Amino acid sequence: MPKVIENVGCPYCGCSCDDVRVTVSDDGKKVLEVENVCAIGTEIFKHGSSDHRIRSPRLRQPDGSMKDITYDEAIEWVAQHLYKAKKPLMYGFGSTNCEGQAAAARVMETAGGMLDNCATICHGPSFLAIFDNGYPTCTLGEVKNRADVIVYWGSNPAHAHPRHMSRYSIFPRGFFTGKGQKKRTIIVIDPRYTDTANVADYHLQIKQGHDYELFDAFRMVVIGHGKDLPDEVAGIKKEKILEVAEIMANARFGTTFFGMGLTHSDGRNHNIDIAISLTRDLNKVAKWTIMAMRGHYNIAGPGVVWSWTFGFPYCLDLTKKDHAHMNPGETSSVDMAMRDEVDMFINIGTDAGAHFPIPAVKQLKKHPWVTIDPSINMASEISDLHIPVCICGVDVGGIVYRMDNVPIQFRKVIDNQGLLDDETLLNRIADRLDELNAQGA
Amino acid sequence: MSEIIIKNGYIFDPISGIKGDKADISIKDGKITDKVSSKAEVIDASGRTVMAGGVDIHTHIVGPKVNLGREMRPEDKLFRGSFRGGILKQGKHMEMGFSIPSTWKTGYSYARMGYTYANEAAMPPLMAPHVHEEIRDTPIIDISAMPVFGNNWFCFEYIKNKEIENNAAYVAWLLNATKGFGIKIVNPGGTEAWAWGDNCVTINDPVPFFDITPAEIVKGLIETNEYLGLPHSIHLHGNNLGNPGCYETTLDTLKLAEGYKPKNKFGREQVLHNTHIQFHSYKGDSWGTFESGAREVMDYVNSNKNITVDIGAVTLDETTTMTADGPFEYHLNQLNHIKWANVDVELETGSGIVPYIYDKNIKVCGIQWAIGLEIALFAKDLMRVFLTTDHPNAGPFTRYPRVIKWLMSQKAREATLDTMKYKDKVIAASHIASMDKELGLYEIAMMTRAGPAKALGLSSMYGSLAKGADANIAIYDLDPTNIPSDPELIEAAFQNTAYTLKEGVVVVKDKQIVAEPHKYTIWTKVNMPENAQVMHDVKEKFTKNYTVNLENYAVFDEHVHNPRAIEVEVA
Amino acid sequence: MTGKKLNMITQRAVEEGIAMEIGKTSREYFDACNIIEMNELDMKELGIMKNTNVRVTSESGQVIVKAVVARQTVYPGLCHIRQGVWANQVVPPRTQSTGAPQYSGFPVTVEPAPNEKLKTALQLVQGAVGLWKGE
Repeated sequence: MPKVIENVGCPYCGCSCDDVRVTVSDDGKKVLEVENVCAIGTEIFKHGSSDHRIRSPRLRQPDGSMKDITYDEAIEWVAQHLYKAKKPLMYGFGSTNCEGQAAAARVMETAGGMLDNCATICHGPSFLAIFDNGYPTCTLGEVKNRADVIVYWGSNPAHAHPRHMSRYSIFPRGFFTGKGQKKRTIIVIDPRYTDTANVADYHLQIKQGHDYELFDAFRMVVIGHGKDLPDEVAGIKKEKILEVAEIMANARFGTTFFGMGLTHSDGRNHNIDIAISLTRDLNKVAKWTIMAMRGHYNIAGPGVVWSWTFGFPYCLDLTKKDHAHMNPGETSSVDMAMRDEVDMFINIGTDAGAHFPIPAVKQLKKHPWVTIDPSINMASEISDLHIPVCICGVDVGGIVYRMDNVPIQFRKVIDNQGLLDDETLLNRIADRLDELNAQGA
Repeated sequence: MSEIIIKNGYIFDPISGIKGDKADISIKDGKITDKVSSKAEVIDASGRTVMAGGVDIHTHIVGPKVNLGREMRPEDKLFRGSFRGGILKQGKHMEMGFSIPSTWKTGYSYARMGYTYANEAAMPPLMAPHVHEEIRDTPIIDISAMPVFGNNWFCFEYIKNKEIENNAAYVAWLLNATKGFGIKIVNPGGTEAWAWGDNCVTINDPVPFFDITPAEIVKGLIETNEYLGLPHSIHLHGNNLGNPGCYETTLDTLKLAEGYKPKNKFGREQVLHNTHIQFHSYKGDSWGTFESGAREVMDYVNSNKNITVDIGAVTLDETTTMTADGPFEYHLNQLNHIKWANVDVELETGSGIVPYIYDKNIKVCGIQWAIGLEIALFAKDLMRVFLTTDHPNAGPFTRYPRVIKWLMSQKAREATLDTMKYKDKVIAASHIASMDKELGLYEIAMMTRAGPAKALGLSSMYGSLAKGADANIAIYDLDPTNIPSDPELIEAAFQNTAYTLKEGVVVVKDKQIVAEPHKYTIWTKVNMPENAQVMHDVKEKFTKNYTVNLENYAVFDEHVHNPRAIEVEVA
Repeated sequence: MTGKKLNMITQRAVEEGIAMEIGKTSREYFDACNIIEMNELDMKELGIMKNTNVRVTSESGQVIVKAVVARQTVYPGLCHIRQGVWANQVVPPRTQSTGAPQYSGFPVTVEPAPNEKLKTALQLVQGAVGLWKGE
């Protein structure tokens, strides 16, 4: 008899939905049906029980082909290379549970290397702004139950977070928001007329790269200098700015959701910094919160886990072994790659091969490259060693952090069929490194 | 199994009433016992002070707001490795951070000070899995965590409707779901008001939309706590914290406990624990007229035996303030304009974080410092007044030895006063300069282990050297028959023990971490019949208002590490 | 040269998300990600017909992609390639010392290249590191 498992967490985007229904086969090895999930989530669960899934580590041979090896051999290979490397980098964790992220911290502290996560190329600039200016935020339920004004700035949930608007922001009816969308004002600020802009009450089609100026204009209005605005700022007419600022200032409870449109553009952290400053200003006249649209279901996780472990959320230099150092720009993955500073690269739970600019990929590829990931992807197909692992939420459970840093407990829905999970794999690598260090000492 | 005998130390154990007698302490299988065989390992404590492992009743060391503080303050990682006076790696993991240390440094630092138990003072129930993840990674010390109830929508409804039995069933359910220890209340009603940018600054300010007042919330939760007979009392951070003149709100709040008697099997004698009372003992009507209200507050505390307090002493450091009192942090940020974090948590609570510098050259900071110490020096019964810094709010817990020094030495207090730019104004607005009282080691033992353990209802297990207690023991390099005249040596002795034992295992020896044995998560398991009404209400709220499914809310067993349940039976 | 300087942004799309989970070597991923979304006026000016290939050149590389007018429109002067392998052939790795590359808001030259062939993801990435064994 097929079995239905409810309250399953979805390992795709930062919404970290936990209401998925998965039907699995009698033997617990196949996902038969997935409900309450977006189109992207469906594919993950399907892929989890695909016949094409790689189930054995593969080592690249001199002729360029890949040959299956055992987990024991793979663990030995990684440990030996980490032991020899002077500045290895482990990067990724877009799809790793927190237990795996904690084990990774142990590996890189033991090895004395660099440890970084996908935030470095996504919301890393947001971290920089938070370091400088703080983070007045809330959980998503506060938005659902209270918010009457929602701003999406440089984010496009219709595409990147498919259930965000229906579960948390625009549409749900909450305790103080019984009329749902009818009583909410939605403002989208984006240079494109996105599918999110399509459902908004206001779309401000900002001139790309000029976000800082528009934030500054809003701050001027909120502080009381609206009449001094020029006729147009960042491609937006003064009258429109005044009108939208008025709506923000009169919010009962407002939230700004911001995304890669701000962190990937000119200004980077400065865009976020002024977004936070605007939020602080708005709290003098209204109640206002702000939230980063974190991309992956647990990409908030490494920032959380490593903050309690080392005090820094990303870009960690652990090479000194008795203390950690963080200095984005210096210790960030892409910058180190471009300076050719690292001498081994472990790509885990991500695909640097597809998502790093290609010059960075070429630099990293000069050195041993290991990919730890359930899937065939660009990183796995250029690596020296590919170690497949369980997919969190599919064949291993664990704690993940939603975009609002709320911990969600994910379940395992199918049998792992011999695959190791990240935590077990990494702890075995760390154990072996401990032995090598002891022998070397 | 293993046997240890600690020989010839001077024993200070208020639970047994031992006041510095020279005696041996025997340990077998992790517990204190009365005798051991000749094969027992011998630890020489001659010329040294021996106490039970320290018990911290109120500290913020694990969980979301502590960690957001770590994340947003890279500059707090002041002391690194071998430079800037940092700690070289001793244990399995590096130690990072000052006011908000990493979990590893937290466990190691408590152990080096002779502490073996810490009570995390505020757990947002929705974030409980995060708290337990950090507990897993905090070495050596046993930890309990208190869920916050003072702004919880369920409690508002039940208390408003005078349904104490239902409220009790809900509290019991939530303690089980979060593996929590007791009832924490932070700015009752005020944090809910803050979700609209508002606050409750007196005990009678109505909570917006909920038709209830802070006074009703506090009384309702006292009644709930005693209905259940929990090991600890309600643990309260009242309204109007930190404002000039707040001592009046504090007295109003403390009076809410009048007429209530403790009902429990754990030997607890209070019905209300008012935490970090230093922050609640301010007179004056502005920062200009700010002065100590410690005498007024302590006069009341001294004469009401059903109340306990902890002091929340200001240590004059740069630190990181963090509390579920969201509006307080916002207002603090309006004063210092440094960075500000805030997290409102659906249906339950909120929190704020603001870095703060208690600068000895600022008059108000000097007075705050004085008030914290005055609380302890005015206290008549130190089994009801405990040492804390509301870590990290008034200063990091690693400064407890410095607070002990100030309490034990008038000379040390004078030396600190002498460094203050506005010394005369601080003296004029406080009592500290005229107080010549100096606490002794027995009183310190009351404030740091016996008293807090008793108030937590755990004195049969912790904070005690009586037979049957866990063998958690601190041995300090301090000869009570010859207390050094240099107070700095007192601080140094309490900073790093000669030995710390955790459940009979030597974890610190000669100031160094030498072992990291397993440790417990302490929680309170209430055994009572399921309440159908409450379970119906819970299901409804999860369907309509929460963004997490009910079935994923309670912490899964695999995420609770070495649980040790304190059981309570309710018919 | 018949090219024009445009401002490039590279961001997510739901089609890209679905395809990525199917697999980066899949037909779906190929179809979802090797397209450039442009404003019709720019295409007209450049003589680019809908669904024909163009060459995109940036300070750090070049790539052949297929030009389309998307539902999520861009204003004249702005263009968009969905994040992923094709976009990252031209994304400049400069980070303004933040760690995050210039994924959005970098100058590119777009010119018609109707006779150029689209390369597969593997061809591009393995090719860049000397591992491509195909044609």
